[in-house]
Amino acid sequence: MAYIELRNVGKRFGSVAAVDRLNLDIAKGECVAMLGPSGCGKTTTLRMVAGFDDLDEGEIRVGDKLLSSSEKKYYLPPEKRNFGMVFQAFAVWPHLSVFENVAFPLRVRKLPDAEIMARTEEALRHTNLLAAAQGSPDDLSGGGKQRVALARALVIRPDVMLLDEPLSSLDPHFREEMRFEIKDLQRRFGFSILYVTHDQSEAMALSDRILVMRAGVVQQIGTPLEVYGSPANRFVFEFIGLSSFLQAGLSPSGMQIDGVTYPWPAGLKPPAELLAGAAALLAARPTEIDFVSEGGVRGKVLQKAYLGETIDYRILVGQTELRVQKTRRVAGPAIGEHCGLNFTRPHWYALT
Amino acid sequence: MVSTSSRSRFGTSQILFGLSVGILVVVVAVPMLLIFFNAFWVNGHFNLVDVLKVLRHPQTYKALLNSLVLSAGVTVTGTIVGTFFAWLVTRTDLPFKKTMKLLFLVPFMLPAFIGALAWKMLLSPRAGYINRFFVDVLGFDGPIFDIYTYAGIILVETMYLFPFVFIQVSGALERMDPTLEESARISGADLFTITRRITIPLVLPSILSGSLLIMLYSMAHFGTVAVLGVETGIYNIPTLIYEKIHQSAGSFDSIRSATVLATVLVLTAALILWLQNRILSKGRYQIIAGKSFRPTELKLRAWRVPMFIFCVAYIAFTIVLPTVTIFLVGALKTYGLPFTAANLTWANYHHILFEWDLTRDAIWNSVSLGFSAALITMFAGVIISYVIVKMKVRGKGMLEFLGMLPFSVPGSVIALGVILAWSGKFGVNLYNTVWIILLAYIARYMAFSLKANSAALEQVHDSLVEAARASGATVWQALKDIVIPLVRPGMVAAFFLIFLPALRELTVSVLLYGPTTRTIGVAIYTLNEDGETVYSAALAGIALIIIVLGEVLIKRLVSGKNNS
Amino acid sequence: MASVRIEGVSKSYAGRSVLPSLSLEIQDGECFTLLGPSGCGKTVLMRLIAGFESPDSGSIAIGGEVVASALTGQALPPDKRGLGMVFQDYAVWPHMSVFDNVSYPLKLAHTPATALQERGRRAIDLVGLGGLEARLPSQLSGGQQQRVALARALVSEPRLLLLDEPLSNLDANLREEMRFEIKALQRKLGITILYVTHDQEIALGISDRLAVMDDKGVLRQIGAPQEVYEHPTDDFVFRFLGIANFLPVRRDGAAFYIGGSSAAWIGPAPDKQADQLSAGFRPSDVLLSRSGEGLPGVVRRASFLGAQVDYLIDIAGTLIRAALPSHECLERGLLFVEGESCCVGLATVQWFIGDMASGARV
Repeated sequence: MAYIELRNVGKRFGSVAAVDRLNLDIAKGECVAMLGPSGCGKTTTLRMVAGFDDLDEGEIRVGDKLLSSSEKKYYLPPEKRNFGMVFQAFAVWPHLSVFENVAFPLRVRKLPDAEIMARTEEALRHTNLLAAAQGSPDDLSGGGKQRVALARALVIRPDVMLLDEPLSSLDPHFREEMRFEIKDLQRRFGFSILYVTHDQSEAMALSDRILVMRAGVVQQIGTPLEVYGSPANRFVFEFIGLSSFLQAGLSPSGMQIDGVTYPWPAGLKPPAELLAGAAALLAARPTEIDFVSEGGVRGKVLQKAYLGETIDYRILVGQTELRVQKTRRVAGPAIGEHCGLNFTRPHWYALT
Repeated sequence: MVSTSSRSRFGTSQILFGLSVGILVVVVAVPMLLIFFNAFWVNGHFNLVDVLKVLRHPQTYKALLNSLVLSAGVTVTGTIVGTFFAWLVTRTDLPFKKTMKLLFLVPFMLPAFIGALAWKMLLSPRAGYINRFFVDVLGFDGPIFDIYTYAGIILVETMYLFPFVFIQVSGALERMDPTLEESARISGADLFTITRRITIPLVLPSILSGSLLIMLYSMAHFGTVAVLGVETGIYNIPTLIYEKIHQSAGSFDSIRSATVLATVLVLTAALILWLQNRILSKGRYQIIAGKSFRPTELKLRAWRVPMFIFCVAYIAFTIVLPTVTIFLVGALKTYGLPFTAANLTWANYHHILFEWDLTRDAIWNSVSLGFSAALITMFAGVIISYVIVKMKVRGKGMLEFLGMLPFSVPGSVIALGVILAWSGKFGVNLYNTVWIILLAYIARYMAFSLKANSAALEQVHDSLVEAARASGATVWQALKDIVIPLVRPGMVAAFFLIFLPALRELTVSVLLYGPTTRTIGVAIYTLNEDGETVYSAALAGIALIIIVLGEVLIKRLVSGKNNS
Repeated sequence: MASVRIEGVSKSYAGRSVLPSLSLEIQDGECFTLLGPSGCGKTVLMRLIAGFESPDSGSIAIGGEVVASALTGQALPPDKRGLGMVFQDYAVWPHMSVFDNVSYPLKLAHTPATALQERGRRAIDLVGLGGLEARLPSQLSGGQQQRVALARALVSEPRLLLLDEPLSNLDANLREEMRFEIKALQRKLGITILYVTHDQEIALGISDRLAVMDDKGVLRQIGAPQEVYEHPTDDFVFRFLGIANFLPVRRDGAAFYIGGSSAAWIGPAPDKQADQLSAGFRPSDVLLSRSGEGLPGVVRRASFLGAQVDYLIDIAGTLIRAALPSHECLERGLLFVEGESCCVGLATVQWFIGDMASGARV
């Protein structure tokens, strides 16, 4: 039974559909990341779940409670939804102490003082903020402020946490640490997370499932492994991870590149609907292209950059520059040399 | 910092620094110091007894009390009005918000003393048109409102000073990060709680900052109290200083009283500015937003139209009514006549503009003084700003202090200082000439020029100059091709920032004018004092036209430059 | 094109030494990177070469010509050194169009009008900004502004190109693309480049040789990227060039153990003599298996990052990081979850004397 349900959710701004018939189920304790380029509708969706913007179509439910419905003309305002939310710029109040920031949701609910004390302290302890409790949030670093925001969201013991690009304002070194802190908190308290980000490695590291969006339309929903390894379409393939593309002519015996016919890579034929056409796009991850001494697609090494852990190659195949990446322990050809390329996990897409 | 070869730097930087110090000492430091000396030094001795004697004189301490009471009153009402309108215009669904926002800034353009004149014509107890209307036409027993009172002065000053708060608060409310309020909403707070516990505390520093500006301005303001308070003997410090200087024709005692008063005024101003600094440094929170989501608007619903009407009425009452009155009275054949077509004529305007030397000289004086002061201050400001922002010399902190000092010194005090410095003390007597007014203007407005030019210079990052050097440009080529073109908009801004206020000011020139060196402000004021109400109004009307034209021209020029 | 020779150059500010006596030679036509942490003095060295500061001691020669000498007091001003320079904040002049920005150096050199037009246009095309000549910098993106700065630096065909962290303000994708383009340009024009950065990935990817500077301004190692990465002279260089794993190794008689434990050391034998050693290795040196020869470890954290899987592994109390290509993990059944045991082999090990691992103790 899904805990959070979004059914055919849609939102229009003028004549533009910012979000188009979005369906999503999130289980209890699950973390789902919404990923996509800016303007794709992920933040709009999050704001509809939070209640800051109302949907134009569809329904949103949490647990058994209806939050908004266009049909039933029902809309519950944000202050009644009992979510925890963390914003990109932290939104921590500078005129209140760290303690008062975190205690605010409890004070608004008019809980007895003793309970407010106890629960606020608990939240501060879980986020390592007890020592800084009486001070001002401005004395803290970006990461510290983010923890205040987290503690404030956690203090009401929410079942759902909404995170709007919470780590993008942080120092890169710090981001990884905070990622794991959020994950630990989720494990400890068991809340569901709906997470918005444009950083795919963050999405993959943190979430149980990823929803990829483009121009308001859902492209794919799946585990990080599924989205990376079996992308639903070319957009998802390109958006997640690095990609190399090669245009190939299609013939009964194999693919044609730069006038030469090669057998199907990995022995896998393109899907039937593509085979009907004259040409298609061969797509592969740069790390999933091997150098072979015999056979393989012929190419010439244009650039070879030693990046430390990896070596980055640009290989000229016909007119196309193909990117290949191997770990440094793989010797690889030198600049100017000819080489053979073997595609170990090819994906095929239509040309347009 | 940009370095050139360490040898040649020595000459240029020392010259520039010396020049800057020289300008600021002569123009700013000397007059200020003389005031203190005059107040506290008698016959070569530090004398506190006489100072206290002056302070205990009923006239003096009454004026001090009045200053405090009046400015406190204006501050309170101005803050309430300014905050209310700021909130209306930024946080509700008031119709035509953009236009309203512009309209609420118009009072800034009108000199307060001209407003006071207009209100005198409308609400003076016996001759004011509104009062006469109620008494003669509606049969009231007495005037419905006497403008020659504390309440009247406070009311008029509020009308023209509330924009100080309005601008600060509407700016803060507009630019505030909306997620600060959204996070409160998602935490469970309703709109009322959010406003009370989040919005207002965060905006409080801006409110207080604006309030203190109102207080500072009101304490130092001459015109309104001079026009409305003099009938019933309400003096504040600037008007008392004027009384001392002009009625006493330079008697030693009077000047001493004036300098003591000036000292009190300066100390109060310094206190106010110090308070403002404390509040800002402690409480100016980083609340400006990066992303641009709109803050939540309050739906006024049933109140929407009434509020709109209220705003329009307010503007009509405080801006349109006085302006129309000024122009109409200026067109009357004789003051006191009803406003019928038969009683109106163009003759007054014609006389002022084309025939009467007194007014024509006044217009010419103001324009040329404003122009020269702006030009000189603009150039001096660029040089001094360059030294402060771009050069690595010791003692530039002192330069900055000297430059910004007059910003906190009330106009009357500057005028007084300039009198003390340039009436023969150093062998140069500029009293009663245009030059003494020019010197006072330069001192007064130097801080504006420094601010505008420093801001422009700070935009010219060192790397821009270094990139030119690396491209093959010598120091001078880099200055000519890179620095000056980039600083030019700041210089132009500085020019206009000074020209317009100088054109319409009264507080400084009223203490410094001589028979042939009246400014527009002085001419309007003295004509009114002499009972030439109609001509005073006509000249005021012309002044308003010049000011508005000037403001429009600047906006056109500035935004045109920004777009190119 | 020119070589750069720096001999015995030092610089202090207000009594504090920023660069101790430093000597360095950059070959003609080479792409040389000065790599070091922020504030280490690398930018100061660049400014000394450019002529914005003068050395307190030593001399600097470009293309054989002495441009600065503390001894003789000689200091050729920046505008006469024949350089091109690209700054970290681009320093593109906001009041001039793209074309005017790029052609300014030619204008200063009194280049005749037709040549100026032609060379300016060529430089703009070279960086891929053809068609944008009339735009103002405010109408360009960060990456485009960076290209304007690059074109401007190249238009006068300088003998030396100085790049001061030009890519640090760009986002990751753009940074990679620009690194690529700069390298391609350098190859094409054969220009000598001095690049200053704190980003080791850019330094490795772009340079023919690089010098690693520590926070006291001392040059720790100079060499080709692979040399410096795989054979660091000390642990500072090792740590700075990338993620560094250290396992403490203790010698007890003829046997080696991990840290203070009784777990035996299984791996390449140390090539240094000491009782306390550290085995240094990179995440890609870790050979993981489910069982077999190798150090026993427990997976504390597993992150699927797309192209690779990151593991945090606990070996006898010390945490190390391993990175495996994800397709390899899938093919060989090496997708570990938290808490699972694994077997750690090491492909190559750099040996350091002393205990470097103290920060990574659990």
